[in-house]
Amino acid sequence: MASPDSSILPAVVRDHQREILQQWIAEQSSGSNARSDLLSDAELRQQSSEFLQLFREAVQAGNLGNVMGTEWQGVRELLATVSKANAIRGFTPIDTATFVLSLKRPLFQQLTTDAGSDADLLARETWTVTTVLDSLALFTTEVFQRSREEVISRQQQELMELSTPVVKLWDGILAVPLIGTLDSARTQVVMESLLQRIVDTEAGIAIIDIAGVPTVDTLVAQHLIKTVAAARLMGAECIISGIRPQIAQTIVHLGVELVGAVTKATLADAILYALRQSGWSVSRGRS
Amino acid sequence: MDRIPILKMGPFLLVTIQVDMHDRLALSLQDDLAERIASTEARGVLIDISSLEIVDSFIGRVLANIAAVSRVLDAQTVVVGMQPAVAITLVELGLSLPGVRTALNVERGMELLRAALESETLGSDGDASTAF
Repeated sequence: MASPDSSILPAVVRDHQREILQQWIAEQSSGSNARSDLLSDAELRQQSSEFLQLFREAVQAGNLGNVMGTEWQGVRELLATVSKANAIRGFTPIDTATFVLSLKRPLFQQLTTDAGSDADLLARETWTVTTVLDSLALFTTEVFQRSREEVISRQQQELMELSTPVVKLWDGILAVPLIGTLDSARTQVVMESLLQRIVDTEAGIAIIDIAGVPTVDTLVAQHLIKTVAAARLMGAECIISGIRPQIAQTIVHLGVELVGAVTKATLADAILYALRQSGWSVSRGRS
Repeated sequence: MDRIPILKMGPFLLVTIQVDMHDRLALSLQDDLAERIASTEARGVLIDISSLEIVDSFIGRVLANIAAVSRVLDAQTVVVGMQPAVAITLVELGLSLPGVRTALNVERGMELLRAALESETLGSDGDASTAF
């Protein structure tokens, strides 16, 4: 019989790793939470055996009270990977936590067999296993949630990039401050909203500010040219402003010509030009 | 066969396309317009396509042709009131109508034609106002 301080868990996991794994996989794939639609049997088997191997090493190293300790580093890393993958694949947090929690039954069975008639030992071991697995399950939930939050914040950022307001600067002068990468889908949105606003406000001049566009390649330039051409067809003149020195160099290196558009270095220059074009003059009042 | 009416307004001709342009109609407009420019000695042509909702590459080409023909006959062409969807379609088709001047509405188009005519009669450089 083992002394009260020492746990039989390391020995149990070491000696019966194979049986536990079998039962655990059976448990996972038979339960009501089995997600064979999202995870193949082979993947499940690999995940489970990897986890059990690391779990065994961690248990052998001791420190069963604190799963945040260095002994559990490997286990935590594996769980983090699994949780992240699950979050992306569309598992629920329950599915992810169940991955760990379903290990309880096989372990308890094995402990019951090994503890024999020693009720105290069994109760103690059960408690140890429960706390360890619960902490690990909570850990997966936390990682799961964090990955989901990452997904959400990324989507928010993309949404923000997508929203391109067309602002009215002056009577007959519109501006589109472009921020973020300009792909064809986005160009379509920009073009449509700009042209619609040209119709609505009867604007004769549209300023496209590309200061927020990180890179300009031939495709982006092509999109700009298309927008300019479409605006011209409607009878509005386009000014492209906010061209950074590097971008100006890139445009020249690529051999792109922004046909039909007036280009200005800054939005301020563009506004001044637009005002003059529409007959306004700007002068400073008394300072 | 229906025809698109061509109205004379001083030195300019005004064409308002109110129906869906089919190919024959477009061709007959091109012929009629050439005739009228010659007979009236018009100095400018204003084509209002604000009611035109569908264009294809053929109509786009006819518009470009009309502009080219008028230019040969010494009349400027201004296309006004193009719908956003039409503009996008033409650009996607690769027809950005290089020789054609554009304006937002009939009023602006008339201003444009008048300004062009004035600058011509004043003897200043007429080509400069013939924007791309």
